Amino acid sequence: MDLRYSESDEKFRAELRAWLEKEIAAYGPPPADYISDWDSRRGYDTGWQRRLYEGGYAGINWPREYGGCDLSLSEQIVYYEEIARADAPYVGVNFVGMLHGGPTLIAEGTEEQKKKLIEPIITGEHIWCQGFSEPGAGSDLASLQARAVRVGDEYIINGHKIWTSFAQIADYCEMLVRTDFEAPKHKGISWLILPMDAPGIEIRPLKTMTGESEFSEVFFNDTPVPVSNLVGKENDGWRVTNVTLRFERGTAFTSEMYNLQEYLSQLIRVAKRVTRDDAAAWEDRALRREVGHLKAELDALWAMLKLSISEAAGNEGGMPGVGASAVKLFYTELYQRVTEVGIRLAGRAALSRDDVADFPNEQFVAKHMNSLSLTIAAGSSQIQRNIISERILGLPRER
Amino acid sequence: MDFRLSEDQVALRDGIRAFCDGRVPNEQFAEFENLGGFDRELWTELAEMGVFALRLSEDEGGVELGMADAVVVFSELGRRLVPGPLAWSHLAAGLVDGAESGETVVGGIDATVAGPLMIEHLDFLDALVVLYEDRVERVDPSSVKADAVATPLDPLTPVHHAQSLPVGEVIGDAALADRMRREGAALASGFLLGIAEATQELATEYAKGREQFGRPVGGFQAIKHILADCFVRQEVARAAAYAAGATVDHPDAGDLIATVSGAKVNCGEAAMKNSRACVQVHGGMGYTWEVVAHYYLKRTWVLENSFGTVDEHAEIVADRVAAQIG
Repeated sequence: MDLRYSESDEKFRAELRAWLEKEIAAYGPPPADYISDWDSRRGYDTGWQRRLYEGGYAGINWPREYGGCDLSLSEQIVYYEEIARADAPYVGVNFVGMLHGGPTLIAEGTEEQKKKLIEPIITGEHIWCQGFSEPGAGSDLASLQARAVRVGDEYIINGHKIWTSFAQIADYCEMLVRTDFEAPKHKGISWLILPMDAPGIEIRPLKTMTGESEFSEVFFNDTPVPVSNLVGKENDGWRVTNVTLRFERGTAFTSEMYNLQEYLSQLIRVAKRVTRDDAAAWEDRALRREVGHLKAELDALWAMLKLSISEAAGNEGGMPGVGASAVKLFYTELYQRVTEVGIRLAGRAALSRDDVADFPNEQFVAKHMNSLSLTIAAGSSQIQRNIISERILGLPRER
Repeated sequence: MDFRLSEDQVALRDGIRAFCDGRVPNEQFAEFENLGGFDRELWTELAEMGVFALRLSEDEGGVELGMADAVVVFSELGRRLVPGPLAWSHLAAGLVDGAESGETVVGGIDATVAGPLMIEHLDFLDALVVLYEDRVERVDPSSVKADAVATPLDPLTPVHHAQSLPVGEVIGDAALADRMRREGAALASGFLLGIAEATQELATEYAKGREQFGRPVGGFQAIKHILADCFVRQEVARAAAYAAGATVDHPDAGDLIATVSGAKVNCGEAAMKNSRACVQVHGGMGYTWEVVAHYYLKRTWVLENSFGTVDEHAEIVADRVAAQIG
């Protein structure tokens, strides 16, 4: 139970900090059309990924033989802390590949798949998207109906996926399909690497409640995929899916967790500046207690993550344990509570989604609206509670 | 950095757990009540297990372990709701002769807390430590004029109500008083973590066995989700309590004050919410004296008022972070 960083960790921190300071300044902020233009977004996010790679800071816990850094456990934590502290460009469109697709390939892929696909994720060359949810298979993901029928050495895919982030620009999709139509629902699923330039793919963007189109519906009509793109065995996809989900729930949001600390600091700065009831808002004891409470919880979340990363270090590919569900549930609900304090502090200024007067509404308003997605995506809070109560506490299972 | 329990810590935890499970089963709670909330024999056994001397040097009769280890030990004591002035005697080891061996039972009170002077375990104490703003005093318990409270909230924590405290012997300065408050908060956090764990487990076991509508109530999401939340709170509390212990041992590993206060906030909340949930999940039986859930809830209220409340610590954390921002 040791939280100290070694001298070599601190040396790594100092080098990374200096590198980030220089590189972030040189790389500059996102272009004006970053949100509205997918190519612009891809260019910016993958350009930064490329710089990380060239600087030797990409794929921090990935094996060296596939282009990763294979950093120690403590260096990984230092990395997350420094990336957040420096306010480095967000992983953005590289999210799926870097944070759960790539880790799944490392843990479950064939040697050939790893050789071909892992390095291009780290270099920013390949963008991945996720083809898991369907209109009829949300919380009950295992009831998915996208069909793959084997013809020779190809699967022919037909189906309809939804909530697919980055579909418009993705090169590959982590695709779940049904390959056995008679077997019980969990036993007939396969996990496929689907090239997004295959024929028969139609993408329809969805407008979210924040006004953006961050995800799409994707339709597959007789889309062929080589059988060699199977990850794991045919019909063993549910097990592989759970590997992906462990990463998605356990460690994918690490940098956002640390960013919340920065958010809280910004909130305190604003509270010291703005007036409420003839005094600085920060003079309000109730607000201070609430912020202190949230800060204590954020610190505990970070300690919880250190514990979970320490424990995962012994697992294949650093896969988080089933406790990932507890981290995900706590983090997403805490995120909503933290950002709610911000939008309340903004008061009437919150009627604008953009920055107004003293209020950083891009933080206080947009972040809170966006936070509503967190307790739904990657398995809703209710599903996490089912997982915790069934797989950890051993209570009776849902059907 | 490796935040997992070391092999030695796992062995320490397992040893204390085996002892507490064997020596303090649920049935023992009623026995403690008959003894007035304190068991001198148990106290000696705890001393022999090293509960009080844990952090002392070998010369002083200890094993030179750290606060991280002490937090692990206190979470085990909390799981079984071991009675007595555990934190005060642990803190007094090395300061008050005989505290480490259990021969001197040391209790304590923070005199700077507003409100009536409620002294725990007074009848059983050989020494009373009093924390003031600028000093620490040792007071002879027999010189304290106080009325025994007829019905203490926690049946295993007897209390006296005193109008004032007699002058004692000064045994430390403001820095020691501060340190005792902080280390007491870390130990209390460990104990509260144990309560959060134990109440979750108690409620989960009950939910697996209790049938209504033809199936275990633990099969209903309304109950499952309460228990899942209890588990999450327990794990959050664990991370916070361990971080507090590790940071007391190595203050350069983080912000000592914010980390310890943060632990008291998270562990206090977890114990309070989990022990209430434990009563609720047990239904009508949870409201009876027979089911042990109430002992946990009541001890949690004792600890909420020991070494700083959740609200007080939340404010300390806020002040720390605000000061760093400038």
